[in-house]
Amino acid sequence: MTAHDWLALASIITAGFTVAIGSIGPALGQGRAVSQALDAIARQPDASDRITRTLFVGLAMVESTAIYCLVVALVLLFANPLL
Amino acid sequence: MNSDDLFPRELLRIGPFSVTDTLVTSVVVSVALLIASALLMRSPRARETLSLVYETLERSIVEMASVDVRPLVPLILTLWLFIAVANLVGLIPGVGSPTRDLSVTTALALIAFFSGHYYAFAAHGPAYLRSYLEPHVMLLPFNIIGELSRTVALSLRLFGNMLSGQLIAAILVYLMGLLLPVPLLLLSVLTSVVQAYIFGVLTLVFAASSMETTRAITRRASASKESTP
Repeated sequence: MTAHDWLALASIITAGFTVAIGSIGPALGQGRAVSQALDAIARQPDASDRITRTLFVGLAMVESTAIYCLVVALVLLFANPLL
Repeated sequence: MNSDDLFPRELLRIGPFSVTDTLVTSVVVSVALLIASALLMRSPRARETLSLVYETLERSIVEMASVDVRPLVPLILTLWLFIAVANLVGLIPGVGSPTRDLSVTTALALIAFFSGHYYAFAAHGPAYLRSYLEPHVMLLPFNIIGELSRTVALSLRLFGNMLSGQLIAAILVYLMGLLLPVPLLLLSVLTSVVQAYIFGVLTLVFAASSMETTRAITRRASASKESTP
C-alpha cells in the first residue's frame, strides 16, 4: 500500500470513531436534560411553556458538540486536505 | 434525492465567483416569499389573520427576554420564515435546501452577529461596549472569543443538521430504494422547523444577553452615583 492508501484508510477509520465517540457525550447529556425537564414539568405543569422553550435551546447547544464531530468526519471523508 | 444533490453544485463561474445551485435556490426562496407576502397583504382577510399571527408571535418573542427586544422581532420572524422555508425546500425532489451549504449558514450567522451588536448599540449607545469588560477587565479576550465562537457554532449547527439529514436520506435511498426513507423525511420536516426555531431563538438570546449585561452595568452605575452624595 502506498502512503496515499494509508492516509485514506486512517481517515475512514478516524471518521467512524469521531462520530461514534463524539456522539456518546451529547447523547448522555441530552438524555439527562430531557429527563430533568420532564421532572420539572411534572412538578410544575404551569411552567411547561417556559421549560420546553429553554429545553429546546439547551438541547441545541448540547447537540452542537455532536455536530462538530459530524463536521470533522465529513471533512475527513469528503474534503480531506491531505488526500 | 441522489448523491449529486448532497453538496452544492457549481452552475456557472464568473471570474473568482462561482454561482452554485444554493445561490439560485436561496434567491428564488426569498423572491417567492416576498411575492407571496405582497399578494397576501392585498386581501383584507388574509391581512387580518396575518396580523393576528404576528401579534401572537411577537408576544411569545417578547416574553423570552427580560429586556425590551421589540426592535428585534421583525428580524427574528424573518429568520424563522426564511430558514424554515429554505430547509423545507430540500424535500422537493431535485432541489437541495440552500442551508446545506456552509456559505449560506455563515451568511445567516453573520447577519445574526452584526444585527445583535447593532440593536444592542442602538439600545444603549457606546455604554454597551463596557459589557465586554464584565465581570472583569481580564476576561475581555474570553468575551471576544465567546462572541466569535457562538457565531461559528450558529452557522455550523444549522449546516450540520441539514447536511446530515440529507446525507442519511440519500444513504437510505441508495440502500433500500424508494419508500423506506419516507419516515425519515417526515423526521427531517420536524428537524427543519425546529432548527429554524432554534436559529431565531439563539439570535435573540445572544442579542438579549449583551443588552442585559449593559442594563445591569448602567443600573449599578446610577445606583452608586445616587449613594455617593
